[in-house]
Amino acid sequence: MEVLVILVPLALGLGLVGLLGFLWSLKSGQYDDLDGAAWRAIADDEPVREEPAP
Amino acid sequence: MQAARDFSHYVRDLGSGLSHIDLAVEGVSCAGCMSKIERGLSAIPDVTLARVNLTDRRVALEWKQGALDPAGFIDRLAELGYKAYPFETARAEAVEADNSRFLLRCLGVAAFATMNVMMLSIPVWFGNAGDMIPEQRDFFHWLSALIALPAAAYAGQPFFRSAFRALRTRNVNMDVPISIGVTLALAMSVVETLRHAEHAYFDAAIMLLTFLLVGRYLDQSMRLKTRAFAGNLAALKAETATRLVGAGEISEVPVAAIRPGDIVLLRPGERCAVDGTVIEGRSEVDQSLITGETLYATAEHGTAVYAGSLNISGSLRIRVSAASEGTLLAEITRLLDNALQARSRYVRLADRASRLYAPVVHATALLTIFGWVLMGATWHDAIVTGIAVLIITCPCALGLAIPTVQTVASGAMFRAGVLLNSGDAIERLAEVDHIVFDKTGTLTLPELDVVNSAGVPKEVFDLAGRLALASHHPVAAAVARASNAKSPLAGIIEQPGQGVRGFVDGEEVRLGRPSFCEADDLANEILSLDPEVSVVAFRRGGACYVFAVRQRVRPDAQGVVSALQARGIAVEILSGDREPAVLAAASALGISQWRAGVTPADKIARIEGLKRQGFKVLMVGDGLNDAPALAAAHVSMSPISAAHLSQATADLVFLGKPLAPVAAALDFSGKALHLMRQNLWLAVGYNLLAVPIAISGVVTPLIAAAAMSGSSLLVMLNALRARRVAPGRS
Repeated sequence: MEVLVILVPLALGLGLVGLLGFLWSLKSGQYDDLDGAAWRAIADDEPVREEPAP
Repeated sequence: MQAARDFSHYVRDLGSGLSHIDLAVEGVSCAGCMSKIERGLSAIPDVTLARVNLTDRRVALEWKQGALDPAGFIDRLAELGYKAYPFETARAEAVEADNSRFLLRCLGVAAFATMNVMMLSIPVWFGNAGDMIPEQRDFFHWLSALIALPAAAYAGQPFFRSAFRALRTRNVNMDVPISIGVTLALAMSVVETLRHAEHAYFDAAIMLLTFLLVGRYLDQSMRLKTRAFAGNLAALKAETATRLVGAGEISEVPVAAIRPGDIVLLRPGERCAVDGTVIEGRSEVDQSLITGETLYATAEHGTAVYAGSLNISGSLRIRVSAASEGTLLAEITRLLDNALQARSRYVRLADRASRLYAPVVHATALLTIFGWVLMGATWHDAIVTGIAVLIITCPCALGLAIPTVQTVASGAMFRAGVLLNSGDAIERLAEVDHIVFDKTGTLTLPELDVVNSAGVPKEVFDLAGRLALASHHPVAAAVARASNAKSPLAGIIEQPGQGVRGFVDGEEVRLGRPSFCEADDLANEILSLDPEVSVVAFRRGGACYVFAVRQRVRPDAQGVVSALQARGIAVEILSGDREPAVLAAASALGISQWRAGVTPADKIARIEGLKRQGFKVLMVGDGLNDAPALAAAHVSMSPISAAHLSQATADLVFLGKPLAPVAAALDFSGKALHLMRQNLWLAVGYNLLAVPIAISGVVTPLIAAAAMSGSSLLVMLNALRARRVAPGRS
């Protein structure tokens, strides 16, 4: 059962990483436009600023 | 004079030389539009950000301060084929958005905590039956406490705050038993862990919060969606006024930037966006949006005009007055304040249920404790059993029963063209048995329409429509709209007060007053048949025609009214308009109860009378004169074209030309109330099954968790049925 010394902190750490990831995604506005995000994922390419479309 | 468009009111300075503006865009519906707009706007030099929000139908733009004028973005979007309007986030929407983000954060915390606590709980449940040693179990319990306690303290905030608010005003709402249940479950689990006991309920407490937060978040995000949509509509209506900045210089500014004392110019065909007094000019104004009266009033020096009046014939200069200075407005504001104060606080179904539920559950828990003590159990065991009763009855399903139905029903109503302004409108709407309609702008369409177009040859009508495009007069505008004319004729001369004339294929064409077109006889013939219409004459060479123009009843009004009557709902009209006009509408729609020439105070009196007779009254109205009555009724509804004050007072707002959304809203709310009740009974039924098990003291955390998720899922699935109403009813 000594393996718990490694596994338990690992499990808690991973959980915490997941939570922090979620909070970061929330803060950076990734849930503000759910409809748009669905389409952007399959869009051909993102508009590139440096090379404006003709 | 071409007015410069001044959007500086909407531009936000971000610092470091960047500016930001939000635009509401019409017609954005797919990924194609999204990338087209983003590319098109990013191609403008100095634009640093152009991002479309497809959910809200808005574009956020940032650019380097300097040469760029925000009006240029709107022109660019117009070139791309989209109509855009500057947009300012309303305070109410910003509050909803903050709330929604906070709930999502709480939900995230609670959900992650639940997953991690579950990971620790499942080994304990199965280890208790197998070979887990007590030290190991205690260790897992302590770890659960480490996760669950801070998570519950954070994620429980929405419930704790609301419960505290209710208790402070000596009320009970659903959040009170929730807060008590969660707190006691956590406290007992800590005590049990200290005593090296077998069962701890950290998982149940945090899971309860997660489920409830799902319901709250869904409810909130639906409300936010409605608000965002309503905000866009307000921006699309583009309320601007033409302000005189100097001698002969004008600029078009948003209404929000107009201050009392400013002087604005109101041209023929424009709708006044401010309250004020005429200081120069003479015209006729259509005040039907304010008083319901369809006959034009004369405006000259010293006349008070109100926001929503339509200017008909001449240009006016208006000095803007501070709000509620005018006598009519002051009277309406006073009536509205009285009505709002007298409005009895409706007690929501959820709160009524929790008023019954909380005492029963808490009494059961107490009785359980005393019962076990009397039967010889130790105080400790008795209290643990009592708290187990609280945990198992913790109103998870009860807490979800109503918000989930509300979310689904308001989504369905949104699709049917009805926006909810107030949260408890669905419940109140479901009880309605008497509907009071306003006439002008509610049963009729707010815009004028040509009623005798069938009697005029198509090519004549088309030509008249193209000629009418040259005029600003609202009656001519109605002809242009009705004929779907798109291309104006060239070389048209407007003769003020008379009409417009020009030449087509060498023949003279005229549109205007009957005398201007020498068509008096024909016009008088039409007027003698129906004195309520406005007439406009058209002459081409030797032939002349007269169009009769009036406000038309909504296309489906008759069907909707008879469907409502067939359902046993009484329908009546209360209108500020004159008797002949109201009688005509009432007989066309088959409504036998109607009153004409009603003042705002009379409307309230009639509604109060109906309320005293025990009717639950739905008031549907749009005018400023309806606002107090909207507030006095049990529940109220406005078309989207309504005056601002009325729209803000109404509980629901409906979109579009048909009247069908009114009936649809009644259908959906009826179904929703039915499902809410059903859900409450499901939750109660579950408790009746589970409580005896809890009282007998054989509940384990596994049973509690399974029962809680089972009942919550059942209630959520049942709520999905609110998406549809039975076919044939609507």
